[in-house]
Amino acid sequence: MHELIKFVPAFPLLGFLVLSFFGRNIKKEAIIGTIGSAAVGASFIISFLIFLSFAANPPDSPHIVSLFTWISAGDFSINISYQADQLSILFSMIITGVGFLIHVYSIGYMHGDRSFYRFFAYLNLFIFMMLNLVLASNFLLTFLGWEGVGLCSYLLIGFWYDKKFPGVRITWTGDAGNKAFIVNRIGDFGFLIGMFLIFTTFNSLEYTDIAGIAAANTSAFENTTIITIITLLLFLGCTGKSAQIPLAVWLPDAMAGPTPVSALIHAATMVTAGIFLIARNASLFALSSTTMSVIAVIGASTAIIAATIAIVQNDIKKVLAYSTVSQLGFMFVALGVGAFTAGIFHVMTHAFFKGLLFLGAGSVIHGMHEEQDIKNMGGLKKYMPVTYKTFLVAMLAISGIPLFSGFFSKDEILWYAFSNGSFLLWIVLAVAAFFTAFYMFRLLKLTFHGEERFNTKRIHPHESPKTMTVPLIVLAVLSAFGGFLGIPYVLGFGLFEHTNLMELWLEPIFMDANIILNHTAGHDIHLSEYVMMLISVAIALLAIKAANSMYSDNLEKSKKIIRKFKSGYSLLWNRYFLDEFYFKTIVDPILSLSRSFLWQFFDMKIIDGIVNGSAQLTGSLAKYLRRIQSGVAQNYAVIMVAGIILIISWMVF
Amino acid sequence: MPLELQLSLPLILILILSIKIVMVDAKFGNNKTLGFVTALAGFIVVFISAAFTLTISPEAIASLNAEELYSKGTITYGGFAAYFDMLFCVAAILTILAALPYFQKENSEHNAFYSMMVFAVAGMMLIAHSANLLSLFIGIEIMSISFYVLAGYFRTKEKSIEAALKYFLLGAFATGFLLYGIALIYGATGSLSLPEILTKIAADDFSNTYLTLGIALMLIGLCFKVAAFPFHQWAPDVYTGAPTVVTAFMSTAGKAAALIAFIIVARALFVIDIGQAAEIPDFQTNAIMIIAIISAATMLIGNITALVQKNIKRMLAYSSVAHAGYLLMGIVANSPQGWEGIIFYATAYLFMQIGAFIVLSVLERKTDKNLDLDDYSGISKSHPFLAAIMAIFMFSLAGIPPFAGFFGKFLLFTAAIDAGFTWLTIIAVISSMISVYFYIGLIVYMYFRKSNTYPLEADMGSAKVTLIISTACVVILGIFPSLIINLINNFF
Repeated sequence: MHELIKFVPAFPLLGFLVLSFFGRNIKKEAIIGTIGSAAVGASFIISFLIFLSFAANPPDSPHIVSLFTWISAGDFSINISYQADQLSILFSMIITGVGFLIHVYSIGYMHGDRSFYRFFAYLNLFIFMMLNLVLASNFLLTFLGWEGVGLCSYLLIGFWYDKKFPGVRITWTGDAGNKAFIVNRIGDFGFLIGMFLIFTTFNSLEYTDIAGIAAANTSAFENTTIITIITLLLFLGCTGKSAQIPLAVWLPDAMAGPTPVSALIHAATMVTAGIFLIARNASLFALSSTTMSVIAVIGASTAIIAATIAIVQNDIKKVLAYSTVSQLGFMFVALGVGAFTAGIFHVMTHAFFKGLLFLGAGSVIHGMHEEQDIKNMGGLKKYMPVTYKTFLVAMLAISGIPLFSGFFSKDEILWYAFSNGSFLLWIVLAVAAFFTAFYMFRLLKLTFHGEERFNTKRIHPHESPKTMTVPLIVLAVLSAFGGFLGIPYVLGFGLFEHTNLMELWLEPIFMDANIILNHTAGHDIHLSEYVMMLISVAIALLAIKAANSMYSDNLEKSKKIIRKFKSGYSLLWNRYFLDEFYFKTIVDPILSLSRSFLWQFFDMKIIDGIVNGSAQLTGSLAKYLRRIQSGVAQNYAVIMVAGIILIISWMVF
Repeated sequence: MPLELQLSLPLILILILSIKIVMVDAKFGNNKTLGFVTALAGFIVVFISAAFTLTISPEAIASLNAEELYSKGTITYGGFAAYFDMLFCVAAILTILAALPYFQKENSEHNAFYSMMVFAVAGMMLIAHSANLLSLFIGIEIMSISFYVLAGYFRTKEKSIEAALKYFLLGAFATGFLLYGIALIYGATGSLSLPEILTKIAADDFSNTYLTLGIALMLIGLCFKVAAFPFHQWAPDVYTGAPTVVTAFMSTAGKAAALIAFIIVARALFVIDIGQAAEIPDFQTNAIMIIAIISAATMLIGNITALVQKNIKRMLAYSSVAHAGYLLMGIVANSPQGWEGIIFYATAYLFMQIGAFIVLSVLERKTDKNLDLDDYSGISKSHPFLAAIMAIFMFSLAGIPPFAGFFGKFLLFTAAIDAGFTWLTIIAVISSMISVYFYIGLIVYMYFRKSNTYPLEADMGSAKVTLIISTACVVILGIFPSLIINLINNFF
């Protein structure tokens, strides 16, 4: 069954090719939408079939399916080959499953857009690249996917390229796309150098080879400088793609793209590429305790910083964007403390509820005629009942209300942050969790409850069409019940051996890493785990209560509080001045250096001088040489004779 | 079928085809398409038979005892010879597909064209198969004489006749040197068989003076055939004067044939220096240094002169001279790596150069109209397909990835560096940079200039097949070079 894996990326590629070559001629939106969605749906079905065969008969080691040799130079050879194992299949199901729903949703959302086919072609290309990223059996193919999703992200952020989008030194959506691309280049640089170092260290780029060498020589590699450098460089790549500090600044501006894009690329799938890369190389990262600590610290700081920024944002999509950054921070903490399964589990539940939140936000924006400012909303509950109910489910899930999916995954992260990490880490995450529940319910109150703050004469909010609401309902069901795949052992109260199906599923993947980290597979029941669970539920309820009372009917109460904490508010409102800091310290000095020295002096004077000089030289040489080409055969013979004499005399004498 | 018969099937079939096509011309001279159909079908059959011989294992071929064969060891079977059989057939197929509409347009269809094409291919195949200096010489002459005729195919056009005569006079001059060189080598070693010459040289059983002189003279003859400096001056004139489709064929397949002759001779006369060879004879060091200098001068002069050409056909003719310089780097490297580089580059070059010339032939009008850069201004608007593929051919000729030309240059340059000719590689890189100017210059004309008031007409007919195949090969070989590299890896 696993040989079928090569068809998983094939369908979206086919969809992309068909849509980009013939899409312009297909006049019916329904056909374009069906082609695009069906391509992703087919990939999901195949992934699911492989998943079933793995579930019936779990493989101990990854299956590698090789298509052909891509590059071969000397003893360096790279295959286009896909790796089918528990991790890649799980990611592939998330990408194609959530991706399929978002494709269906886009049929309604993009209705009437003049580049309808282009949108679906890009989305299909994105899915193809993302599948290459997670299914690849080596770093280079992953890197191809990594760059490919970056390209698609760029194309889709600027999809409405003639639309204005405000931001720090950003006026058009195209500027936001540029920013995302450029910031990601910094991360990609780290990835690339890390990859080179891996090749010089392990003499291979295949994941299985590297993991095998790392596991066999644990003592030789553990905490060596080279492993730390490699993993830190790879992590730099991850901070770019997954929007962590210091490279977090691009994601909120990426919201310039159409909302389904924000849901698919900038919430559910692409931004988890960093998590995937670390999980894929878990045994490599486990070898460097320094890197693991760095990951945990960066993750925790990102989680708290982004969560606090989110509580003052007024753009519905920006709230969700900062929320995404913050939730990704949670996942990185999980990886950093060695709780790989918990991190992956959160990727999945987050894909469900964050995808749902974005699609819900899209539905609101759609119903409100492109209004995104939540200060101009309110009372939408009665106009958009389906959107409201599904939105509420997602909020309960992200806030960590028991039995909803986010509860299980987030609680597991919090517990491991405490047990494998430190109390301080736990405190930071707990506070971030408080803010999470707070900004979410602030968003809910301002959007759906209270008085209607929009012009009821001009705007008539309406529920979205079926193609949009059905995906919302499916995602709501997943957000509500998806958590049961990973019930913590303690909630089985020792009665069941396997409550955490997720852990059981991913166990072979992280076995080596867990051995290196001395994490035993067995479980004990700690009383403290129950206590912590109760505390985090209490925190969530408290935050919801606070948000409810602060934003009960109108904005008066919140305005008062803003006046009270003016400087704090301004710090958060300006996102800790992170963008401004980068511009002042990095962008501006580089610009002025390149303008005054590199351009006006070095390029204009020296380079141009050399280039123009040599061009003139070649040009006059050419004119001279052309004169020798007289067209007279006798002259040619004379030159030949001269050459003959020279050659013979050189050879003989 | 005995193994030797199977192996020589491509040669036998091309001979049968040569006889048949003459008879077709004699009997059905008025039927203009019959010659085309016969030649096309014949080339396809030869191609298939050559592909079939390529599947015979090299071990089986090596186990044949030369004395028991009918050919008595004068013919090489399988391996690169079979590969070149296929390559020449592909070039001929691509050319005649484009020639049909071209000659219809010029009102000069004659079945004689197809006969000459078949003869030329027969000569080239004999070159690739020779293991003997005499069969090599005969192959070169069959090819050259066919080319003289083909160059003068437009017998009413002054330029075409001038090209043919010039080519013939200078070619005859060079042939004299080639033959005299062969005679001297025979005198020095007492053999014409290349394997025997190799053993004689290895055993130090030869007359040094005569061999040195013989090698020098052969070198001159071969350099003329590949159009290398200072024996290159015929090439731009002939390539410009000959019918465009003929130029496409001569400057690619003809060049590949001359290069394979070079490889065959170099393998017999030069020791491969991989460190363990006890002593490199003086004539080898000198000859390789001379070839290196010729290679450097050829690419520099070809590219620099191409810079100032306003006529695209002439520009491509000069650039073709430059490409001969790049190809000679593989001989300079004097290693299997270098020869493989030549084979890959010759393959890549064949597709991109034929493609470029056929684009010209499609847009060309009677009396050599529409061949100037100005005529191509803004044709991306009126002929988006032709402009796009022309751009691909130009990128590939300039050696820009991911097209086939890039990998060919890459292989040749690395081979030269490995052989210690870093200075040659630097010159090659510089001259590649110069060439980017005029290759991209054409793209600038096509895409960024305002289009002319009079739009060019294009009737492609069957030339479209040529263009699609060439483009596909240039792109596929650029992305998956290993398709060919894996095949040619075990030739040497």
